[in-house]
Amino acid sequence: MRRGAHLTQLTRKPLFLIASLYVVFVLVSAFFPRLFTSRDPYQTDPASAMQGPGAGHLFGTDIYGRDLWTRVLYGSPLTIKATLIALAIALVVGLTLGIVSGFFGGVTDALLMRFIDVLLAIPGLLLALSIVTALGYGTIPVAVAVGVGIVPGFARTTRAEVLRVKTLPYVEAARAGGAGWGRVLIRHILPNSWGPVAVLAVLDAGVAVIAIASLSFLGFGAAPPAAEWGTLIADGRNYLVTSWWLSLLPGLFVALLVLSLNHISKTFQELAR
Amino acid sequence: MTRYVAGRVAQAVAVLWAAYTLTFAILYLLPSDPMELQLAAAGIQPDSLTAEQVAAMKAQFGLDRSIGAQYWHHLTGLLHGDLGTSLTQRVPVTELIAQRIGPTLQLSAAAAVVSLVAGSALAYLATFFRWNPLRVALTRLPAVGASFPQFFVALFLIQFFSFQLGWFPALGNEGPSSLVMPVVTISVLASSVLAQVLVKSFDETLRQPYIVTARAKGLSRSAVHLKHAFRNAALPAMTILGVIVGVTVTSSIVVETVFTREGVGRLAQESVLAQDVPVVLAVVTLAATVFVTVNLIVDLLYPLLDPRISHLVHKGAM
Repeated sequence: MRRGAHLTQLTRKPLFLIASLYVVFVLVSAFFPRLFTSRDPYQTDPASAMQGPGAGHLFGTDIYGRDLWTRVLYGSPLTIKATLIALAIALVVGLTLGIVSGFFGGVTDALLMRFIDVLLAIPGLLLALSIVTALGYGTIPVAVAVGVGIVPGFARTTRAEVLRVKTLPYVEAARAGGAGWGRVLIRHILPNSWGPVAVLAVLDAGVAVIAIASLSFLGFGAAPPAAEWGTLIADGRNYLVTSWWLSLLPGLFVALLVLSLNHISKTFQELAR
Repeated sequence: MTRYVAGRVAQAVAVLWAAYTLTFAILYLLPSDPMELQLAAAGIQPDSLTAEQVAAMKAQFGLDRSIGAQYWHHLTGLLHGDLGTSLTQRVPVTELIAQRIGPTLQLSAAAAVVSLVAGSALAYLATFFRWNPLRVALTRLPAVGASFPQFFVALFLIQFFSFQLGWFPALGNEGPSSLVMPVVTISVLASSVLAQVLVKSFDETLRQPYIVTARAKGLSRSAVHLKHAFRNAALPAMTILGVIVGVTVTSSIVVETVFTREGVGRLAQESVLAQDVPVVLAVVTLAATVFVTVNLIVDLLYPLLDPRISHLVHKGAM
């Protein structure tokens, strides 16, 4: 009943629909770029180098005549993969820490939360930079670095939710009814705690996309000629005077994705209230 | 009170020590071979060296010692103000940072001030106007501002204001005009973060009975908004001052790289590219120190600004 009402409410929000469609489009294009472009991302064509955006080349072409739209689409898998890995790390580690901390309480809780405090004392991007320094460059190290950076947020939110749900009457009722703690945790606490965590996951997907694009923009991502979004934008920077589209259009593509993710997360948050 | 302050300071020092240790562990314990990293950083091929040379290099970089001994060496050095030696430039790290901290301090300070003013103004106006479309637009603006990657904002500003209009230089740190675009880039993000928190705080404050009372006794809406609502709404937002400073500090890495400013942020980017471990460790430690210190100051000042919160009440009154 409530869920159905939520769905109809959602379809009445045009901005939410547009944002969701865009995210779906980026995800689909990351796995099936052939659906949206017939060109090859590495095919050079000196005759049509440095063309502005237009009918033939939606995002224009680069110095080697490669189609930028195609390169952006073929860059999606790398960045999306990195984002998913980062989120998976943050979810697995953050959820585990949060559940253990909130569920067991006491000394375990105190120790784990102090550890989270320490992680939070190092500004995110710098923590990521030290991890990248130690692991080397590439999509995976960047994903790991960004994932570790968003663990604290997940751990704290999960812990707060577990603590809140743990004291609710139905948990007590389940315990009184003879259910073991393990069963209570899996059947009663977790299903009722995941809402705010899911909202945070969508929000952090946006944060992760920005962080991953920034790190590859700084030069720590996949090696050329692979076309990660951040790398594309960084390369285009050298031609900013004459060919603005080379970095601004991929940049806009990324910005719209983050904007959409943030809007989706915000809409969910408003609905939950 | 003194006991509270002492305890809070001790806690901050402990957190910093732990953060330093964690960063050290990440940089020195992860699977990559520190010897190879450091040889690569010094521009030497490992194959071209004999076993004795490798041993000598290890001794020179202190890598022949156990990890515990290295940690102790670095930590005692840090306490004496020695941050080690850069592997690529062969000069003390403190010297490198001292050379480049100026532009970063200017940038961060200017950006923090601009963000505070812009963020407060935005939140103030967003909650003051009653015409709904404008109100909605202003309330949504911070969410949009926080969504744009900083390198995108920076490149857009360069393209528009340097190349199209020619108002500001695109690169470098010469003169005040070179500061404008970097400061704007950081402020877009930092003021958005602040405005989001402030708007929420405003909404809550405006629902309080004392606002109704102030209006009822005949004060104008603008007077109530400025004197009663703003001052009370700004207090909770103070707690994110640390976050704002954290944002300005980390932003300097991307922003200084895009605008080619010779600051500590760019030093961080260069040393990660060169895998210059001591410099990375030093910059991370420095940033964590700034961040933790600002949070500590906010924590200690908060009771002075908001008399309702006191660290003394626990014994008698309640």
